[in-house]
Amino acid sequence: MVVGTMNEEQVDLLFHAMADTTRRDIVNRTMTEDYSVSALARCYTMSFAAVQKHVAVLERAGFVTKHPNGREQLVRANPGTVRTAHGLLEELEELWRDRIDRMGEILAEPETGEAE
Amino acid sequence: MTVTNVHKDAESLTLTITAEFEASASRVWQLWEDPRQLERWWGPPTYPATFVDHDLTPGGDVTYYMTGPEGDQPRGWWRVVKVDKPHSLEFEDGFADKDGKPIDDMPTIKISVSIDEVDSGRTRMVIEDRFTSLEAMEQLVEMGMEEGMTLALGQIDELLAEDVRPGLSA
Repeated sequence: MVVGTMNEEQVDLLFHAMADTTRRDIVNRTMTEDYSVSALARCYTMSFAAVQKHVAVLERAGFVTKHPNGREQLVRANPGTVRTAHGLLEELEELWRDRIDRMGEILAEPETGEAE
Repeated sequence: MTVTNVHKDAESLTLTITAEFEASASRVWQLWEDPRQLERWWGPPTYPATFVDHDLTPGGDVTYYMTGPEGDQPRGWWRVVKVDKPHSLEFEDGFADKDGKPIDDMPTIKISVSIDEVDSGRTRMVIEDRFTSLEAMEQLVEMGMEEGMTLALGQIDELLAEDVRPGLSA
């Protein structure tokens, strides 16, 4: 194995593979209650650094905000952003539904040129 | 209905949509592999797509433009990441300038497609769209809206009325 881009890519892939459930869970938890990053880290089997990274991604995307509380930073979900994201995903869903409908129409056409 | 499942993951900006077709995996693959078939479904009827380059190999480039009702021609590109014919395809989709060169500060989408013949002649296709940021998603929806808004209801009739020209890809 070559150490370099390939490895970074793999790390990135792993990170993304885990991203869906962890980030969703972080947002869900902080929707009803503020959590410090260390409190969040205790909820998962992954490292503190990994949880911190997920929080940073969520913060950059506007899904959560951090609020100082003594020496700690409390993480709080931003419901507005979550709603916006859902709305946008709905639009994109429509786009793909239309595409899939068109695909279905093409597939429904009689095929004469090929024998499977 | 062809679409069997939709999963929207707001937090990771991911849309996963599953569809099933009464067709073989290789037939479904043709919809991606054959540019002439691809351009019949990629763009909405009001913004039909024309594919210029179509190199469906890892690292390969696909370039296309869409033609709007006013004659405007937004351009796009794919950068092919992975290809496993006829099972999976992974690419990045983005916007290009007038010369077809990728515009770096425009958002891109990571799209992965998996095609799986679940039964003889019945194929499941899963498409995952992953966005880089909420802004990227917003921008894409805005552009997509413009392109899709005027979608004519007659599109299906038009498709059905078209001449069938099979055998475009061997």
